[in-house]
Amino acid sequence: MTRTRAAGLLMAICLLAACDDRAPSSLRTHAPQGDRIAHVFWLMFLLAAAVYVVVGGLIVVAATRGRRRGGARPSRASDERFIWLGGIAVPAVILAVLATVTVGSANVLRDPGHDPLRVEVIGKRWWWAVRYPREGITTANEIRVPVGRPVEVLLRSDNVIHSFWVPELNGKMDTIPGQTSVHHFTATRAGTYRGECAEFCGLQHANMNFVVLAEPAADFDRWVVQHRNPPSGPASELEARGEAVFVRSACAGCHTIRGTDARGVLGPDLTDFGGRQSIGAKTVPNDRARLEGWIADPRSIKPGVLMPPTALEPDELQALVAYLESLK
Amino acid sequence: MTVAQEAEHHDPEVVEAWEEAPGVPGFFSTVDHKRIGVRYVVTAFMFFFLAGLMALAMRQQLARPDSNVLSPQTYNELFTSHGTMMIFLFNTPVLAGFGNYFLPLMLGTRDMAFPRLNAFSYWIFVLAGIFMTSSLVIGKAPDGGWFAYTPLTEKAFSPGINMDFWGLGVVFVGISTSVGAVNFLVTAFKMRAPGMTLDRMPVFVWSIVGMAAMVLFAVPAVTLSAGLLEADRIFGTAFFRPDHGGSSLLYQHLFWFWGHPEVYILFLPAAGMVAAIIPTFSRRPIAGYLWVVSSLIAVAFISFGVWVHHMFVTGMPVLAMSFFSAATLVIAIPAGVQFFSFIATMWKGVVRFATPMLFALGFLLIFLLGGITGVMVAVMPFDWQVHDSYFVVAHFHYVLNGAVVFPIFGALYYWVPKMTGRMLHERLGKVSFWTMFIGFNGAFFPMHILGLLGMPRRIYTYPSGLGWDGLNLIVTLASFVFALGTGLTLVNLIWSWKRGRAAPDNPWDGDTLEWSTTSPPPEWNFEAVPVVGSRHPLWDDGGLGYAVVDGDPVTASLGREGAKARATPVLTGVDAIPEAIMAIPHESYLPFLVALGIAVIFFGLLVKAALVGIVGLVLGAFAIMRWAWFTEADLR
Amino acid sequence: MTAVVVPARRPGLPLGWWGMAALIATEATIFAALIGSYFFVRATSPEWPQGGIEPPELARIWVFTFVLLASSAPLFWAEAAVRRGRLGQVRAALLVSFVLGAAFLTNQILEYRELGFGVRDNAYASLFYGITGLHGSHVAVGLLMNLVVHVKARLGRVGPDRHLTLTLFAMYWHFVDVVWIFVFSSLYLSAHVR
Repeated sequence: MTRTRAAGLLMAICLLAACDDRAPSSLRTHAPQGDRIAHVFWLMFLLAAAVYVVVGGLIVVAATRGRRRGGARPSRASDERFIWLGGIAVPAVILAVLATVTVGSANVLRDPGHDPLRVEVIGKRWWWAVRYPREGITTANEIRVPVGRPVEVLLRSDNVIHSFWVPELNGKMDTIPGQTSVHHFTATRAGTYRGECAEFCGLQHANMNFVVLAEPAADFDRWVVQHRNPPSGPASELEARGEAVFVRSACAGCHTIRGTDARGVLGPDLTDFGGRQSIGAKTVPNDRARLEGWIADPRSIKPGVLMPPTALEPDELQALVAYLESLK
Repeated sequence: MTVAQEAEHHDPEVVEAWEEAPGVPGFFSTVDHKRIGVRYVVTAFMFFFLAGLMALAMRQQLARPDSNVLSPQTYNELFTSHGTMMIFLFNTPVLAGFGNYFLPLMLGTRDMAFPRLNAFSYWIFVLAGIFMTSSLVIGKAPDGGWFAYTPLTEKAFSPGINMDFWGLGVVFVGISTSVGAVNFLVTAFKMRAPGMTLDRMPVFVWSIVGMAAMVLFAVPAVTLSAGLLEADRIFGTAFFRPDHGGSSLLYQHLFWFWGHPEVYILFLPAAGMVAAIIPTFSRRPIAGYLWVVSSLIAVAFISFGVWVHHMFVTGMPVLAMSFFSAATLVIAIPAGVQFFSFIATMWKGVVRFATPMLFALGFLLIFLLGGITGVMVAVMPFDWQVHDSYFVVAHFHYVLNGAVVFPIFGALYYWVPKMTGRMLHERLGKVSFWTMFIGFNGAFFPMHILGLLGMPRRIYTYPSGLGWDGLNLIVTLASFVFALGTGLTLVNLIWSWKRGRAAPDNPWDGDTLEWSTTSPPPEWNFEAVPVVGSRHPLWDDGGLGYAVVDGDPVTASLGREGAKARATPVLTGVDAIPEAIMAIPHESYLPFLVALGIAVIFFGLLVKAALVGIVGLVLGAFAIMRWAWFTEADLR
Repeated sequence: MTAVVVPARRPGLPLGWWGMAALIATEATIFAALIGSYFFVRATSPEWPQGGIEPPELARIWVFTFVLLASSAPLFWAEAAVRRGRLGQVRAALLVSFVLGAAFLTNQILEYRELGFGVRDNAYASLFYGITGLHGSHVAVGLLMNLVVHVKARLGRVGPDRHLTLTLFAMYWHFVDVVWIFVFSSLYLSAHVR
């Protein structure tokens, strides 16, 4: 096939892929911040396409002109004017437009909005600690927010630099040890939005993903009420046994479950673990079989993770898993 | 009589004055800029193919989701080594290599200003390259990313020896770049042919001058960023450690203060190569010479004012970052000027589509896109979405692979006939170009989409169901096509080494002085140095001009007297009027010995053996002192 | 086409001069970046010096600052003397410069021992030792260069029209002294400014 057709086909494949709605796409956004950036993108894309077609066309014409005419034909255009117009005047106009767009958008994106919901997020290796200071809730790897209310995220790290990125809601912001960075978004549609760590942070950077769960305000309020108090405790004998295993094993040294004596802070808070979608920051889905595997040897699932293997009797493991899955 | 009339055939006295020892001894002691230039190019290409294989391995891993072809540790080592090797051990040295070979020829002089320093800078490069590559051999390759951000690369989070290869290696290889820059600047300033005023210097020479000036002021920043990181790692200092009052942002500022100029350090000579190729194959002088030179200088200056655009997501005040955003947009203008100058040159000319020209055209089409996406990421809010995603990976490969590697391949086809005396196979060259062009775009264009679809960079795997699978597969397949294309040029080079058609002096009818010599040139470049009266000495009516000898020794050094004495004239900086004679040093082992001493110092630091370091220090110091001993004997 | 080439009346600065100038430019940039780093860390620190360290004492370092700057003066004398072929004066001048430079370095080593903090303590400490240490090592290398030129002069390898090593050494030494002015102002003087 001709080269032009091949190029067109490639572009078509790519644009079709861009319409894929399974992707955490920065072009199908559900927040005013992300929307604004997407608009900026489309404006730039149109300008870019126009520039590429025009200048690319000039290149092709310039390269073939002499041959088509059968020899160098003097052109009336002057070199200087051509270079001035194409290299300075027209770019300057385009760049001025972009500079205005830049400054205008940047300020809008940093606007906190009215009465924002404050969430503290700390980048860890390789998971995300999440805390709602006013609501008194601590969780991990899942950030629940009400639809329509501005969210102010305070980003920190106590180890290496990570980056908090939910493409469908807003751009990203690094978590840098020694400083607190402030980030904003307002989810405008209920849904589950994939979040990723976007700054290389070591061995399991690829498996440090999280979700933002946007839900109607009423549902969110219900969740807050349900979780701000410690869980009601094990409902069955199996679960009670599981709780005992948890508290007396190494688990309690690293993890916190409110309502028990486990107050470890090295690993994620597990108070609402049963309700979470995944284990290990979206490394694997959260179900019993995988949880057993994780507890027994997390490093076989996520090599390099800081959680060590835990040797338990099979019945102890089963009780523990039942207990953990009951924490909702 | 003119110097040209004297230089009719190879005088045995001239031959003898320039002879170097054959075989292994000569290998270590040469100071001939052409031999050194060839070595730079060959060594750099070895690193190119090695780093390229690493990229193919990475693409193998990313072809399918949830893949375990490579472990995360191996993957992280690969992408770190790929980037580090491509920037430090391929792109920078290969351009220096072409500069080394062709600067004296284009300027009309017989060697660089400091031939032994030239040899030294090559030995540092090779030894530093071996130093860094040895990490792969022992399975402890650097794994912290090619920019090695702290605190990840501090001892606490990277306890192994891996990152020490990187930090020490970067400081080590920086010596070569800095010293090479000194050589380029002084050569271009003081050793041009008579009559070659500054506004008659070829654009390629200007691009090397711009590059060298930038190196002088940029490399110290990366020497510091890597050097202080190593001080933190080896000696426990606290420059970048937040828990001891240090700043990890300081690391980023220092690194990118070099990092951004570095990409223009690479771009300028590449654009200079294109500026040499396009006029030749359009059969007309470059359009807007003064515009092009001014824009090269403008780029060199402005590039120092944009580095924060690599740090837009670090939470700095928007007002401060806006300044850098604006400056980054502004730099598009001098780039645009060069672009339109190239187009204008072709417009009124008749373009011959030989292989070098194809690569130049490929450069234009690729760099146009890369420059456009560069302007896009300069817009801060957009960068907040695509920073550290595959969009940015696409952008920098378009500008660093497309806009630097394509000109380099064009320069190979253009200049290798001059260097080896044999033409490359034209048909194979064209096939190589098209394979590379198609493979390149197929591999890197889809990455823009992947970035917009939320795929971050530096992830060793990704889950299925995110819509990334198909595009990643296309990228992988196309990257193998691109690699095949580069391999075809390698085959071409090897084949033509022995079987290529003999190259005439000026196979392309070029306009600059290197085409006035034989292919390859004799050791002394010019038995008679021409007098230059225009920007295009070989296109002037009446051919090259030569000086009239009237008994003055300085003028006589332009001709056979100078060649016999193994000397070359030194001229005034602006007007290129001969003022003195420089005797070119004879071959010497000292450059190699000093480089070896320095290598031993770095090795001692790597293994934390003070005694080893001291041995290197002593060896290096003695060799330097002996070198300084003979300074005056070589000058008149 | 032929041309009459008229050589310049007097040769300009030697090539080595330009080379050393370029090297000095790049070395100066290292010091500038280090001093910039010092001020960057300072601007982002709540207290300075960090960790309760006292700002550096000034009395003695003022004296030795003048000692170091004074060590540049004899080199002007040496360059004038070598043009007249007075090698004895050249060597005397080099010796005076050496003694002054060595005195500065000795004081620095003694000062290091009296400082109450170590290089690892915090970023301030690392920067202080790092910057003064880098400068001090440049002084040490300069003293070595001084010796080399001195020995060359003794062996008659230096003369009115072959004194490039002396010129290059003098350039380097003046550079080292000028750098000290900046280091002194930034690390010593400005630390006392609140």
